[in-house]
Amino acid sequence: MALDLGVFCKSTLDGEVVDHCFSALFGLGQNADPSYLDWLLKAWGWTLAVAGLGLTIALILGAVMGTLRTLPDNGRLSRWLVRFSTAWVELFRNIPILVQVFLWYHVIPAFVLPLKALPSYWLVSIALGFFTSARIAEQVRAGIQALPSGQRMAATALGLTTFQSYRYVILPMALRIIIPPLTSESMNLIKNSSVAFAVSVPELTLFAMQAQEETSHGVEIYMAVTLLYALSAFAVNRVMTLIENRTRIPGFIAPSNEAVAH
Amino acid sequence: MLSLDLSFYNWELFTNYILKGLLFSVQLTVIATIGGIVFGTFLALMRLSGKPALAYPATFYVNTMRSIPLVMVILWFFLLIPLLIGRPIGADLSATITFIAFEAAFFSEIVRAGIQSVPKGQGYAAEALGMTYGQNMRFIVLPQAFRNMIPVFMTQTIILFQDTSLVYAIGAYDLLKGFEIAGKNYGRPIETYILAAFTYFIICFSLSKVVRKIQAKVAIIR
Repeated sequence: MALDLGVFCKSTLDGEVVDHCFSALFGLGQNADPSYLDWLLKAWGWTLAVAGLGLTIALILGAVMGTLRTLPDNGRLSRWLVRFSTAWVELFRNIPILVQVFLWYHVIPAFVLPLKALPSYWLVSIALGFFTSARIAEQVRAGIQALPSGQRMAATALGLTTFQSYRYVILPMALRIIIPPLTSESMNLIKNSSVAFAVSVPELTLFAMQAQEETSHGVEIYMAVTLLYALSAFAVNRVMTLIENRTRIPGFIAPSNEAVAH
Repeated sequence: MLSLDLSFYNWELFTNYILKGLLFSVQLTVIATIGGIVFGTFLALMRLSGKPALAYPATFYVNTMRSIPLVMVILWFFLLIPLLIGRPIGADLSATITFIAFEAAFFSEIVRAGIQSVPKGQGYAAEALGMTYGQNMRFIVLPQAFRNMIPVFMTQTIILFQDTSLVYAIGAYDLLKGFEIAGKNYGRPIETYILAAFTYFIICFSLSKVVRKIQAKVAIIR
């Protein structure tokens, strides 16, 4: 079975080979007669947009919820915040991501009317962000609990308020030691963004399904899509490793490269 | 503000639409867990064998599976199996093969960590007693490794149960599909999506509670 990569130069309108095949790489799909390559790159852009927005939401919410779960028991408010964040984590990690996408797309806008004005890729990003935030919150909590309890005590002894001890003592340490698990969660988020096909966001997986039907060159199409997913996840991995090396706490943890070598 | 009416959700609807999907999801989870553990153990043994001819293909397989979105893996198998065997294959069978192959990669990582968690002296002691590699694995290393792995296996199985909903991509009739079709036929999509989320939540939440109980019980005290 020979691969026919010429399929990417074919027009999505009439299936004829177009003469501007590689202009797609520079023009980013501005042609009136787009090729499958144009469509593929556009779909990649959608995947990156959905995943990027989702990752932003997930990191912020995950950091907040994970922190709230570790609040010291000093009053009714903190008890309720702990309960709320625990319920948050249990809720969003015990429902499949596809079901959560359907909830955000079909159900929640029926109750929260302003959400109807949002484009559907936003809703998918919110779904991905909330789903992943539960996982990130668990990592943040684990990171905070892994710190020696003397850190928190020292902060209290210095007269810092709870907020100050998190802001200046606990989180700067905890958030840095959890970068390796955050890296794999971020890569998971890119992979999970493929569920956006189910609500017709024109991203890579939907491209793969539709282009496969139209061209009957499924193998070539799927290969290109798979490579782009792998490339995106790898890029995230590199960026996170860079951040990890830049923010390493001197003398506190081993460099990740050595840690993952075996 | 929209009001919810759940009165349409009765025993008849459950047996007509949901039960079939639930059974498929559970069946897929069980088969993929067993198949995944069996093949995953072989993959892990290949990776730990120290023989490049065995270790490299296994490593390549595991890393490939782990870097592709599951939806794409499902689509790949649905496309490739008919091309390879020369005739179409049903979505159910395709999904089953896909999940065994996909989960094997994930379970192999768990098994590998489990084997590495067994102190090296155990394996050396077995060798010193004159045991073959097979006997060593069968009687000494794997029993201890699996005991350590039980909670992680179960957590992976819960994730697997959630992931079975992704067979949506090839149109297999699973729990989610059952709810969706019921929602369409009864004209109540919003309620059925909520019920679907509720059903998945109850199942996964109770299982994760069980896992936490077991975790405390099976830990080997050293």
